[in-house]
Amino acid sequence: MATTTLTKAPRGYDPAAAKPFLEQLQRVKDGLPGATLSWLNDLRSQGHDRFAALGLPTVKNESWRYTNLRALDKLAFQPATDAGEAVRFDVLPTVRAEGTTGPRLVFVDGRFRAELSSTAGLPAGVELLNLADALARKPDLVAEHLGRIAAPDDQPLVALNTAFLADGPVLHVPRGVTVDETIELVFVSVGTEAQPTAFHPRGLIVAEADSRAVIVEHHVGLGSCTTLSNGVTEAFVGAGASVHHYKVQREHAEAFHLSHTAAKVAGKGVYDNFILTIGAKLSRNEVNSVLDGEEGDTHVSGAYMVRGGQHVDTTTFIDHAKPCCTSREVYKGVIDDQARAVFQGKIIVRPDAQKTDGYQQNRALLLSDTAEIDAKPELEIYADDVKCSHGATVGELDDDQLFYLRARGIDKDTARGLLIGAFLSEALEEIAEESVRDAFQSYVANWQNAR
Amino acid sequence: MIEIKNLHATVDGKEILKGIDLTINPGEVHAIMGPNGSGKSTLSYVLAGRDGYEITEGSVRFFGKDLLEMEPEERAAAGLFLAFQYPVEIPGVANTTFLKSALNAIRKQRGEPELDAMQFLKLVREKTKALNMTDEMLKRAVNVGFSGGEKKRNETLQMAVLQPKFAILDETDSGLDIDALKIVAEGVNALRSPERSMLVITHYQRLLDYIVPDHVHVLAFGKIQRSGGKELALELEKNGYAEFGVNEAA
Repeated sequence: MATTTLTKAPRGYDPAAAKPFLEQLQRVKDGLPGATLSWLNDLRSQGHDRFAALGLPTVKNESWRYTNLRALDKLAFQPATDAGEAVRFDVLPTVRAEGTTGPRLVFVDGRFRAELSSTAGLPAGVELLNLADALARKPDLVAEHLGRIAAPDDQPLVALNTAFLADGPVLHVPRGVTVDETIELVFVSVGTEAQPTAFHPRGLIVAEADSRAVIVEHHVGLGSCTTLSNGVTEAFVGAGASVHHYKVQREHAEAFHLSHTAAKVAGKGVYDNFILTIGAKLSRNEVNSVLDGEEGDTHVSGAYMVRGGQHVDTTTFIDHAKPCCTSREVYKGVIDDQARAVFQGKIIVRPDAQKTDGYQQNRALLLSDTAEIDAKPELEIYADDVKCSHGATVGELDDDQLFYLRARGIDKDTARGLLIGAFLSEALEEIAEESVRDAFQSYVANWQNAR
Repeated sequence: MIEIKNLHATVDGKEILKGIDLTINPGEVHAIMGPNGSGKSTLSYVLAGRDGYEITEGSVRFFGKDLLEMEPEERAAAGLFLAFQYPVEIPGVANTTFLKSALNAIRKQRGEPELDAMQFLKLVREKTKALNMTDEMLKRAVNVGFSGGEKKRNETLQMAVLQPKFAILDETDSGLDIDALKIVAEGVNALRSPERSMLVITHYQRLLDYIVPDHVHVLAFGKIQRSGGKELALELEKNGYAEFGVNEAA
């Protein structure tokens, strides 16, 4: 899709909301890395122009009907600065066994923290860098891929992220290389007391043909300052390569977490994404996966648990562009109190994509009368020889099961916890990596115990 | 051990139990027989504490305490066990996890130390062997994919692990072939002891060939109509429930 300059934003966007963000950009833009790279400046300008034209999406936009970003407008977020030195960490989150270490990049309010990061244990040829370093050391690699999958055209938040493009993780796995160690990316939101803080981490994963990597993103919050993380990650999965990309978001109660992950999967490639959402006041995870070569496979799954006044939005888009590909989506959510969840799952099967096998399910458990879910599965099928199924259910805890457990001596809260864990386990089973699955399961258990 | 006096209970405003009186002493096995719709399952659910049953009159004392005031889990910890007629399936909860949680929850409520994973496994292996159950059944989700017989064996296993003082068997014979019935009955009989009592609820006499009761009661129209020894069961087998005004096509 070609970029066009619009004088008037289409319905469903609020260009006025762009203004405070763009004013901030003026203040920081000279300090952004890679200012001498003309392609990068062009990319940023493109983001700037698109965001200036579109502004923030409003509820009049079909894709944002259930998630209202008006709060962002009012909060007057300021860009993060390098004030993170004062922040200390006793224990960074990890899925590794206790006492072991491995490759890890740490970002605090979107800024790389070298002293907390390590690239030990990576095979020769594998690059794990922050974007600023990658721009200095591997500019060609970055230029070849950055901004090629997550296009800012009709995605104002991708455009905003692109305008601010400054830092984030860059992983390059050369052809045929398997990275045995799980790569951990830790994003810590801290913010400042003085004002709401925004940052726009940009990640890039390039897995060349027949390579393999496992990546776990931890998004955690410290303190209670208002923060906005507007992240974008692009993943290139080469022919026959497999990328297992897991994420857990446990940010604090005043955090806004917006994230767009876009993957492009070549023939016989595997892109596997799982997102566990527990934290933040408002979060939206968009996951797009394009099956761009024959016999590609994508698993896009997740689980969320929200309570209080939390709002969580999962919006997925699976694009079957080529024949004989499979896609699988299993999302499960638990919603308590007045929390609200949104699930939008779109699958497109293009005319060429014969022999597509697509599966999507989304199930939610409402724990209170005031909890709410809006679910919108969408299938668009333009090929005739396809297998595509989807299901969505909303339910409550089963009284018979609850009584059965209690009749065996298990108290009501524990019984509820067991049933909630059981409900979510079906989604967590989608995580192929055992250490990741165990860690995520413990986050689920902690959520229940924190009640 | 348990003393039920003039127990009345309604479900959705409809009176099902209309004045049950029953006293069971330690070591005794009582059978309650009755036609469908007589209130047998209602009685078992009321005793176990299920929601949706309103007690309108009467009392139940369990070891001298007011049973009806207790939560279901407190009743379990006090030693009451209900072997369900239709054990529910709980996908996602492994049978061992469930059993361990139940056992340790009860031990905790009783102020006893909880068992660690090794101690628990040793105990449960011993019990499963006696009931002809496989390790695989322990790994599976609670009752999921179990046959009727396996579900009842699983109930018996829970009883064997939790060692209740008073067990209610709600139509344990339903859905069982004769071999499964024998295995379950043997498991139950192995639990008979001078300190433990049982209330066997059944429609047919068949189960009582294997679990021989000390006392038999006939429940019909929400009341115990007649009580007697084990020979009463044989009499019912022969004559049906006609003398109690129940017309059942056998």
